[in-house]
Amino acid sequence: MADISLSEAEKRYIVDGVKLGIRVDGRERLDYRQLEIETGLVSTANGSARVRLGCTDVLITVKMEMEPPPPQQPKDGQIHFFVNCSANAAPEFEGRGGEDLATSLSAMLDRLYSSPLSLDTSRLCVVPGKHVKVLYVDVEILECGGNLFDTVSLGVKAALWATRMPRIYITGEDGGELEFMVSDNPQEVDRVDVSNAPILITHLRITENLTVIDPTPEEECCGPVQVVVGVTPKGLITTTQQLGAGTFAPQTLSASLKSAQELGVKIHHQLMQRLQQEESIPNRKTKGFL
Amino acid sequence: MLWKCGANVYEYRRERERRFKGDVRRVQAMVGVQEAAHPRLVTPGEVISQDTSFMRGHGTYMEKGVQVASVAGYVTRVNRLITVTPLRQMYQGAVGDTVVGRITRVQTNRWKVDVNSRLDAELRLSNIQLPGGEQRRCNVEDERDMRALLTEGDLVCVEVQKICDDGLLRLAARNIKFGKLSQGTLLAVSPSLIVQDKQRMHDLPCGARVVFGANGYVYITPTVPQEQASTYIVNFEEVPVEVRKTIGRLRNCIKLLAHHSIMISPTSVMTAFDMSIEQEFEIKDLLKPDVMQDVALATVQSMNE
Repeated sequence: MADISLSEAEKRYIVDGVKLGIRVDGRERLDYRQLEIETGLVSTANGSARVRLGCTDVLITVKMEMEPPPPQQPKDGQIHFFVNCSANAAPEFEGRGGEDLATSLSAMLDRLYSSPLSLDTSRLCVVPGKHVKVLYVDVEILECGGNLFDTVSLGVKAALWATRMPRIYITGEDGGELEFMVSDNPQEVDRVDVSNAPILITHLRITENLTVIDPTPEEECCGPVQVVVGVTPKGLITTTQQLGAGTFAPQTLSASLKSAQELGVKIHHQLMQRLQQEESIPNRKTKGFL
Repeated sequence: MLWKCGANVYEYRRERERRFKGDVRRVQAMVGVQEAAHPRLVTPGEVISQDTSFMRGHGTYMEKGVQVASVAGYVTRVNRLITVTPLRQMYQGAVGDTVVGRITRVQTNRWKVDVNSRLDAELRLSNIQLPGGEQRRCNVEDERDMRALLTEGDLVCVEVQKICDDGLLRLAARNIKFGKLSQGTLLAVSPSLIVQDKQRMHDLPCGARVVFGANGYVYITPTVPQEQASTYIVNFEEVPVEVRKTIGRLRNCIKLLAHHSIMISPTSVMTAFDMSIEQEFEIKDLLKPDVMQDVALATVQSMNE
């Protein structure tokens, strides 16, 4: 992620802290920083969300288009991810510096949502073989403060939850071509079912057989390797990926996967609670970026 | 029910007033205004005065015959001189300041140091106290062994010796109290929030040493004994959990003071520290925004008494 240099003394302080169970800011090994989520910021998109975890800030928007499906999957809608690392986020993202990170993030999101169990794409079908709904998810990294993968996955789930697609009616047929009517009524909207949408949990290995959750940029500088785990609300692991040059001992890896499962279930529950709470506020004014 | 709502609204308004008064007080203390008048805050481009007889100080410029502010800050008037002092600015540097910096490059006979300013400052090999104790001239071997003393990424506590014409700072570490910093954690805050103080290194009563760099870099480290043979050998001994808890709490307190624009000095940091212990907040609770606000308000209130 962001390149910062630390002195040997600072690194030793961080590593010893993890061994003793107390991190630099007082958190324990498996504690997250303060998470702020807000949906519905971008009125021109079907759905949007902004997530802030500590110093990491991302903005997600979801737009729906109607397109003909590929021949091998005529009855399923699609979801495409595009990540852009803004140059504001970190100095090394200037120009094309952020491309590698962006490609690995979008590849990770593709894998996360590739299973039909995560997102039921058959519900995005309008006319099989002719028209399906395609969701374009755009991720903009505004500030990079450690733990990018988790933040982005939480934002994607929140944005999909907030997505409102106008209902489409087939009015008639005109010489082989179907005619559509898109509903103007703001109450007639279709939503995306995110009850099984997974999120990512990152474990950073700092020292032998000890990993930390939600690392800050200083901690990321100390640890050689991370494992990113995708967990569904029911505790199933959908995907895992190792990032960085380093090794994981088998016990450490299985312990990380297990703790990611337990944490994932808790986080999903709290996230859905908050999102439902936010939705229940009538005439909510979006706070936005101020 | 109505009474409860009314009380809540009253509390909110009182809290907002308190915060504004805190900001105004901080600015008043700097401006030295005797009256209870609010200092005049201006934004870039705002017309300060139409009178051409005033002398134009820093932070202003003339445009079409009127005096306009070029920075966001408060207006001070001394006789016929008007200046605008910015509320927040990058560290400019002043001779004699003690700063905390990070080595970015090792060059032939100098190090380049990041001091939170526009340019990286320069620390020359001839300006540091070489290990061995006694004063001696540095020779060729010393130049080759520069990395053994300070390498990229190291943190140093140094003094500003001279400011060059282009703004480049020349640093020196000729005293035993300056030199490489040992285990601890670094925080970056705005330099405008650091209180002017002759003494920058403070051994706080809670059991940690804090270096309040004039450039906004604050370093928190466990207290070390005064006698040290050489300041370029780092102590890698494991820091115990109790000291870590103190350092973690101090770090979170300084972060919350900076977030709420409260001036950072040993007094304000210790007050915030004591408040957080008194209200029985855990160290990681101090990362939550509502807790941060509580402790900040309590600190301001306690300091005004």
